Amino acid sequence: MVAIIDYGVGNLFSLSASFRAIGTEVTVTSDPDVIRSADRIILPGVGAFEDAAKKLRASGLDVVVCEEAKRGKPILGICLGMQLLFEKSFEYGEHEGLGLIPGSVRPIADVIPKELKIPHIGWNALHFKGEKNPIFKYVNEGDCVYFVHSYYAADCEEAVCATAEYGAELTAAVFCGNVYGCQFHPEKSGETGLSILRAFCETEG
Amino acid sequence: MITKRIIPCLDVRDGRVVKGVNFKDLNDVSSPVELARFYSENGADELVFYDITASAEGRRLFTDILCETAKSVFIPLTVGGGINTTDDFDRVLKCGADKVSVNSGAIRNPNLIYEAAKLYGDQCVVLSADVKRVGGVFRVFAKGGRENTGMEAIEWIKKCVSLGAGEVVVNSIDTDGVKGGFDLEMLDAVCNAVNVPVIASGGAGKSQDFITLFKTLPKVDAGLAASIFHFGEVAISDLKKEMKESRIPTRI
Repeated sequence: MVAIIDYGVGNLFSLSASFRAIGTEVTVTSDPDVIRSADRIILPGVGAFEDAAKKLRASGLDVVVCEEAKRGKPILGICLGMQLLFEKSFEYGEHEGLGLIPGSVRPIADVIPKELKIPHIGWNALHFKGEKNPIFKYVNEGDCVYFVHSYYAADCEEAVCATAEYGAELTAAVFCGNVYGCQFHPEKSGETGLSILRAFCETEG
Repeated sequence: MITKRIIPCLDVRDGRVVKGVNFKDLNDVSSPVELARFYSENGADELVFYDITASAEGRRLFTDILCETAKSVFIPLTVGGGINTTDDFDRVLKCGADKVSVNSGAIRNPNLIYEAAKLYGDQCVVLSADVKRVGGVFRVFAKGGRENTGMEAIEWIKKCVSLGAGEVVVNSIDTDGVKGGFDLEMLDAVCNAVNVPVIASGGAGKSQDFITLFKTLPKVDAGLAASIFHFGEVAISDLKKEMKESRIPTRI
């Protein structure tokens, strides 16, 4: 069973529907015991980093996520949920993340040409880095996924397993042991996105 | 490289797609759920559901349809029509919409854009503007293009973006329904005024019109159309192949 962590950030309708569509049992929960008993954990998130990090800590679920990550349970952070996995973010100040993946989150504006629009929004191609990550086992180099973000994961070269080109190479996906993250929205990326969720559900725990 | 988006628009009244559609492969051509799935499987990058219902019962049917669609279609969904308050945003976002477009509701109360952007983020708020030339000036029209608001369109669009609109749909009343191509002059003026994604609407009659649009105005992010897709005059899969052959960044 996959547990989608509900800590009051964003709408989890499409995310839970996408797991049902691939035939995976899923529950949206804020119950630590349910999260502990799940086979896999999804950390979602939209909005601002500081607000989301505060809500996650206030719920006490940050501790549960970190404990489960250390026990080796597969965890996938999506969009802002991926950004929360890092040590810190420079979105409106400096804020601490979960620190499960070394690196920081920085404004896209720092690295792309001025004439490009922010947020980076729309369908963009995935370019794999290093050995193909297990979550991409059904995906081909150049397949497109749907992005919406104004900040990106930086200083994390070792963790990057896919990038997208938008005036610069932006981090699209990361992993560190059993902890995975997608900057894009697999639940909004058509068949390609569903196949990434399917592959995540097949990773070794 | 970010790809250019192709967006079919579905007008829904009382839970059914209007402007009768005509596809051999579809059993129920007026089922929004089936049509949405069909478009998604055939290369649409995003879908717009436009609620043209007037009654409360029709509105309830619309949100049911939206939920049903979001359970089986996994591409971005934008919803428009009858959005006047942040409660309206909440109602459709809970059913799986990703973005909400405002038109007359923002004309009546521009602050709606600011309030919604603060609650749900800029990326969630789409300004839809119906624009027509009057005496050589671009004017904003309300009530489905029937009423001249007197507002100059470029200033209006700039104002809405500064309030938090994260995308702009420009629907040219002058080219809408003519099928002679998009309104390049109007779109160019909008692209030069704002730095958020611009979605072209009104005037597409054939694949070449989309290619001309993206070649002439590289700043335009997406092309939206309704009847030419519904009537099968342009198949999205063919259109995208042609775009790719013309070296336009395209998701196949």
